[in-house]
Amino acid sequence: MSAKIGINEKSTVHQPSITETPKAIAGVSTYLDDRLGAGNFLKRNLRKIFPDHWSFLLGEIALYSFIILLLTGTFLTFWFKPSMAHVVYDGVYEPLKGVGMSEAYASSLHISLEVRGGLLMRQMHHWAALLFVAGMMVHMLRVFFTGAYRKPRELNWLIGILLLTLALVEGLTGYSLPDDLLSGAGLRITEGVMISLPLVGSYITFFLFGGEYPGTDIISRFFTLHVLLIPGILLALISAHMILMWVQKHTQMPGKDRKNTNVVGAPFYPAFMAKAGAYFLFTFAVTAGLGTFAQINPIWLFGPYTPADISAGSQPDFYMGFLEGSLRLMPAWEINFLGYTLPLSVIIPALLPLGIIMTGLALYPFLEQWVTGDRREHHVCDRPRNNPHRTSIGMAAISFYGLLWLLGANDEISAKFQISLFVTTIVGRVLVFVLPVVTYIVTYSICIGLQRKDAEVIGHGVESGVIKRLPSGEYIEIHVPPADDIADHMLGKRPVAMLPGAGDGEAEPEGVPPKALRGPIGKLRAKMSRAYGGEKVAIDDGHGHHDDHGEHAAIGAGDGGHSNDKK
Amino acid sequence: MNRITARRRHPLARYAVLLFALALLGGVYTVAAPAGQSADAAIASGKVDDVAAGKKLFEQSCASCHGLNLEGTKTGPTLVGVGAAAVDFQVSSGRMPAAQPGAQAPRKQKYPWVNETTIRQLAAYVQSKGGGPAVPSDDAVDPAKGNSAKGGELFRANCIQCHNFVGAGGALTEGKYAPDLNSSTPKQIYEAMVTGPQAMPPFNDSTITPEQKRDMIAYIVEVRGQKDPGGFGLGRIGPVTEGLALWVVGISLLVLAAIWITAKRRQKKS
Repeated sequence: MSAKIGINEKSTVHQPSITETPKAIAGVSTYLDDRLGAGNFLKRNLRKIFPDHWSFLLGEIALYSFIILLLTGTFLTFWFKPSMAHVVYDGVYEPLKGVGMSEAYASSLHISLEVRGGLLMRQMHHWAALLFVAGMMVHMLRVFFTGAYRKPRELNWLIGILLLTLALVEGLTGYSLPDDLLSGAGLRITEGVMISLPLVGSYITFFLFGGEYPGTDIISRFFTLHVLLIPGILLALISAHMILMWVQKHTQMPGKDRKNTNVVGAPFYPAFMAKAGAYFLFTFAVTAGLGTFAQINPIWLFGPYTPADISAGSQPDFYMGFLEGSLRLMPAWEINFLGYTLPLSVIIPALLPLGIIMTGLALYPFLEQWVTGDRREHHVCDRPRNNPHRTSIGMAAISFYGLLWLLGANDEISAKFQISLFVTTIVGRVLVFVLPVVTYIVTYSICIGLQRKDAEVIGHGVESGVIKRLPSGEYIEIHVPPADDIADHMLGKRPVAMLPGAGDGEAEPEGVPPKALRGPIGKLRAKMSRAYGGEKVAIDDGHGHHDDHGEHAAIGAGDGGHSNDKK
Repeated sequence: MNRITARRRHPLARYAVLLFALALLGGVYTVAAPAGQSADAAIASGKVDDVAAGKKLFEQSCASCHGLNLEGTKTGPTLVGVGAAAVDFQVSSGRMPAAQPGAQAPRKQKYPWVNETTIRQLAAYVQSKGGGPAVPSDDAVDPAKGNSAKGGELFRANCIQCHNFVGAGGALTEGKYAPDLNSSTPKQIYEAMVTGPQAMPPFNDSTITPEQKRDMIAYIVEVRGQKDPGGFGLGRIGPVTEGLALWVVGISLLVLAAIWITAKRRQKKS
């Protein structure tokens, strides 16, 4: 009782309220604002709206992994010695005592087995690196399948492709640094690919390695690339990526009141910031959890690198797996011409799949524009089913990539599942051509099927579970309109754009086609546009006659019709 | 003298003489026989009975593929000269007798009749037909007496291209494979090196000395017995299972987290 009185007494003296900023905060803020002018910026940006969809968070996996990589990587540099100088190991690991090795390997062993927390940091660094690339990949797939790369975001898409490419190089230089036997195998393949380049191969190799492989320079050079140059570029590109995203605003999924001219969602502060912060903690938890409980890259088991040794099951990290797979699939072809050898068995698997996938990704927004003639801005995402050709192309590419990736582990598959190694190779050689085609056809059918389902839901409603008997004795199931949010989501569908004058549906246009569509390329373009664009399954939302018909709409529904037939 | 001559007509005397003669013969034989015969370890250590018993076992369980005289058939190679070490390796690891013909006989549960004695008998029989590498002594395969660091270098230079860094095994061509070394006893590892079973090349004593073999055994045994300091070892086969763990555990968890976070929405005030 007395405490209450105390508060009352105080409040009569001062009267604090929640709308008033405490002096300790207001003073500092004003001081900073007067000097930085940040208040205006924050006022404008803190309320920035971010649309809500789980798949929009996938890119943040990569962003947060990058932060974890910077932190753990800095820790590792305190002990790592990027030197190929020869030392004799005298650490705690008994099975390597007295073995000659490079200083890089010895210091990596020291970090792993003697520095307190060193192994955890190394493992977190490695897991975060895998998560970094995997996060980029899933984010990129989300952007691709929802068409979020369309105008005005083509440049940000290209920055993303560049980021992915650099991440692969960053990973390659990173896992070569410990100079263990496994990383050496990767380095050797890298050298093999480089030296197989026509004309310049041997020069580039000698330039990079500072002479004959492996030389004494490569670790220190990779170290500089890995900790300074590439992270610097990555940081700059990530910033550009984020700024562009911020300025252009995030895309949103189709739904109620969501248009190309607005953004529907939660403000950055406080809602989105809390979510993003929580998601950082989740990413950190997963990285720390994996680093604690799952052993990764146990270099002490691999031994030091010697060019003469190689182990069974030498695989690269997962993001290089598709290159390994293509190398394993390739027949041993080479061309000998005037004393020069062109090793097709190395050049083709190293450059072709990478070229197809990376170039294909980079060019896709522009190819799509060329085919559809669509130069409008898009801020509302496509649902993957609503652009069936894009989705099918994406899935075909995934199956191509996935197969090569899988076959990069064909020896492990062979050993663990008792499948003959030759069978995996032969089946792989066939599937690498067949599987993308099959995937394309299957995906296309599924997309069309899903579109039909949407059209049915909008046109006839969803099954209510209520069976009604008509006076005539006929049974029908009552269909009710779908929930508003689902209906709005479905009705956000827009037909894929088509070149003007390309024709309608499958039919060729009548009369003289426009100038751009003449000639063989123009005709092909028109044909592709007809196939790619247009509305495959139109949604009839039944507005207008929905209310008049009432139960008739229900009778006309698929199930009602079937029961008619059975009777 | 009188005492002996007095009893020479005793009814038991003839038996005593016979016993004495037998003892003398036996004694002389045991002293003289090893020197007189070839230095065949199995016969020297084993009894003649082992060879006979081994022959019987062989005829029952092995001859259908390897031939009654070890000459080999279409389904099994000749065993002349493979030695006791090969028999000990194949039979003690359960690979032989094979359950069915195939690219390679896998390690499997041993048949009930297979035990130390029957293996020794079989080995003695096969050894008696053309000799070959003998079963190593316990001392020769004692991991405690080897230098694991030296063994590791030899292991990396000679074994891992098929058996993997830590002996986790790997695939070979034409349906063959290098088995994992996790369940091989030190003796079996040694025998595999000297005899080169199935797809494996033999490493005879001039290629890798017996001491070096012991070093390698020390390395294999030490490394496979290690507790993984970094957590769950993921089968110790390198980046394949690591990538799998990343996608199955890491990405899945984060996708679930994303779905969970975005499912929470501010309630609309109305």
